[in-house]
Amino acid sequence: MRQPDGSSSMLTTRVDAMLGWVRKNSLWPLPFGTACCAIEFMSVVSAHYDLARFGAEVVRFSPRQADLMIVAGTITDKMAPAVKRIYDQMAEPKYVISMGACACTGGFYRAYHVVQGVDEFIPVDVYVPGCPPTPEALMHGIIKLQEMIQNGETKYDRLKHPEPDRTASAG
Amino acid sequence: MTVSSTQSLTERHPLADAFPGDGVETIGNDADGHTVLAVDRSHLLEILRQLRDDDRFRCDFLSDICGVDYPDRQQRFDVVYHLANLDSGERYRVKVAVDEDDAVLPSAYGVWKAADWFEREVWDMFGVRFEGHPNLKRILTHEAFHGHPLRKDYDPGQRWLLTEKDIMTPEWAREEQLDDQHMESQVLNLGPSHPATHGTLRTVLRLEGENIVKAESEIGYLHRCFEKMSETHGWQQVIPYTDRLNYCSSMINGVGYALAVENMLGIEAPPRAQVVRVILSELSRIMDHAVCLGANLVDLGALTNFWYFFQIREEIYGLLESCAGGRLTVSYARIGGLAHDVPADFEEQVRRLLDYIPPFVADVDKLITRNRIFRDRTEGIGVLSPEEAVAWGWTGPCLRACGVPYDVRKAHPYMGYEQYEFDVPVATTGDTYARYLVRMEEIRQSLRIIRQAIDNLPGGPVITDDHHVALPPKEKVYTEMESLIWHFKLIFEGIKVPPGDAYHFTEGANGELGYYIVSDGSGTPYRIKVRPPCFALYQAYPHILEGLLVPDAIAILGSLNIIAGELDR
Ligand code: SF4
Repeated sequence: MRQPDGSSSMLTTRVDAMLGWVRKNSLWPLPFGTACCAIEFMSVVSAHYDLARFGAEVVRFSPRQADLMIVAGTITDKMAPAVKRIYDQMAEPKYVISMGACACTGGFYRAYHVVQGVDEFIPVDVYVPGCPPTPEALMHGIIKLQEMIQNGETKYDRLKHPEPDRTASAG
Repeated sequence: MTVSSTQSLTERHPLADAFPGDGVETIGNDADGHTVLAVDRSHLLEILRQLRDDDRFRCDFLSDICGVDYPDRQQRFDVVYHLANLDSGERYRVKVAVDEDDAVLPSAYGVWKAADWFEREVWDMFGVRFEGHPNLKRILTHEAFHGHPLRKDYDPGQRWLLTEKDIMTPEWAREEQLDDQHMESQVLNLGPSHPATHGTLRTVLRLEGENIVKAESEIGYLHRCFEKMSETHGWQQVIPYTDRLNYCSSMINGVGYALAVENMLGIEAPPRAQVVRVILSELSRIMDHAVCLGANLVDLGALTNFWYFFQIREEIYGLLESCAGGRLTVSYARIGGLAHDVPADFEEQVRRLLDYIPPFVADVDKLITRNRIFRDRTEGIGVLSPEEAVAWGWTGPCLRACGVPYDVRKAHPYMGYEQYEFDVPVATTGDTYARYLVRMEEIRQSLRIIRQAIDNLPGGPVITDDHHVALPPKEKVYTEMESLIWHFKLIFEGIKVPPGDAYHFTEGANGELGYYIVSDGSGTPYRIKVRPPCFALYQAYPHILEGLLVPDAIAILGSLNIIAGELDR
């Protein structure tokens, strides 16, 4: 946050830090699950792995109520406009985890109907490799994202403050 | 490259007299005993009708229609119909050739309703038109797609971008409609991203109040080009792709594929591999039913059962992981057997599961089977008569819920299923509740099969010692010249499946899972067509919906268990 004269102050950085802390511990995921990876996502929210331990269990299917899109599964060219539309409908701040080889790069479907990575059209914060990633891997991805939120390193933060002058704001 | 059919086509086949005209060019049997007919296009419809109505054939069931492209042939495309008489178990394959410039066939929709989407797929993939089809448009690829991707000259990587303005809305949904009270009816777009459509299914509904008056389903949102990908990989390399067809029970798909190729090679997996395959397939069936029932119940508001069922899955994943290394996509089957032997405590783990699973199933049974709310929402909802179900090409639990006791494991036993004692649960009402009951009972029957199988688990190798197919053991490769040569030949050239074609089918979790395989004798498949059970189930869905309410649509969809990976491939 910046003062009208362009300088930043001690107080506002603390607000940033606090907001980051609040946001990272209350992620509401929107699972954009299309394929096999979505089944592993179900595992992650089920009793055995229990995503609630990381404060991210409030799964919402409405983009208006979610701030973390987890793209779990292959995205085809036919599906791409829907992904984009739903991403655009999410309220800011918003983050994206691309779960699995398919969402990251198209996976082993180098084919005529498959998007070769969702970052072709939406910004991705964390790429979780695997086909499908194990539940542990996805949880690792979520923890990574939490760190990034805390440190203001997500795509959203970077797009908002194009040059994060962290030393100046800390002083 | 031309592939010629290897069937011994005799001039005087016992059935030849049934076709006095010149419509049938050749008739014969393939190695599996399926009757193969090559038919002239001008007589196609009349012969298909005869196959359905003539008492000698009575093919009430159309299982698949697919195309095959032979670019060097004068008549470039073959369209292949797979038919069956479910009572006698007889199988028929009808082939008809068409020119590229005049790729038109009469539609078989009037003979079997099941032809509806299968013909659309042939049009989409090969560009063969079907005259008289009620709604012939692209089905798997998107609206802005150009060309026909399964033609051999289509570059596998050639993509076309779809923008929002091109997205399809059916003709009828665009016109305004006024009912008697001059109230406008409403169009509701359900999916593709909707929690109750499980990610990738889209149905456009026209509503009057809450009543559905018209519905159309659009699929292809997960069309990952399995069939094109399999043409660019070796025979063994296709196995990981098959895992991702019905990813809720990947083992069954891999085993089905391995069996189909083994059948063409004329080999069999060793007994130990067969029994392990049975055990893991049945566990996969349980997992599949668990996810179907769990998700169906969540959609109806009963969340607890989902956690119960998922716990079963977690435990089965544990076993699969210790066998194969992967939880969900196992890639454990190999042509000729299994990737490697099961772990030392396999038997112990399976026995533990046999004790672990039943209480969870019993809990759900107690919570749901006589639950008033559940029964009110499912009984009498989404009814299909047995005749209609067969006409739509239904198989699996959904068909058995309509009262047709067709199960491939009983009707055409494979992998030693004839040795096991189990029942085929059948319901009579054909509604959503019946589908629930059948799946619950199948879980119990699968447990029964596993119990018998684990009691008789033989020892020995898990992969064939035919080194045209399976790699020799590593120690031998390092010490023996011959094994080294086998190793190199297999790695560089791949498995050589003899030229020809065959259709092999197994009982998937959702019904008849068929693989129609064409080989040209090289190291890669020439054409693999999957007959996905979901595809036939789902094409009836919009027709069932008419006259029902939106909440019914959700209840029915969940009970059909449409898995997009298999539906769209
Ligand atoms: S990454 Fe693998 S498991 Fe995930 S959607 Fe793609 S194919 Fe399926």
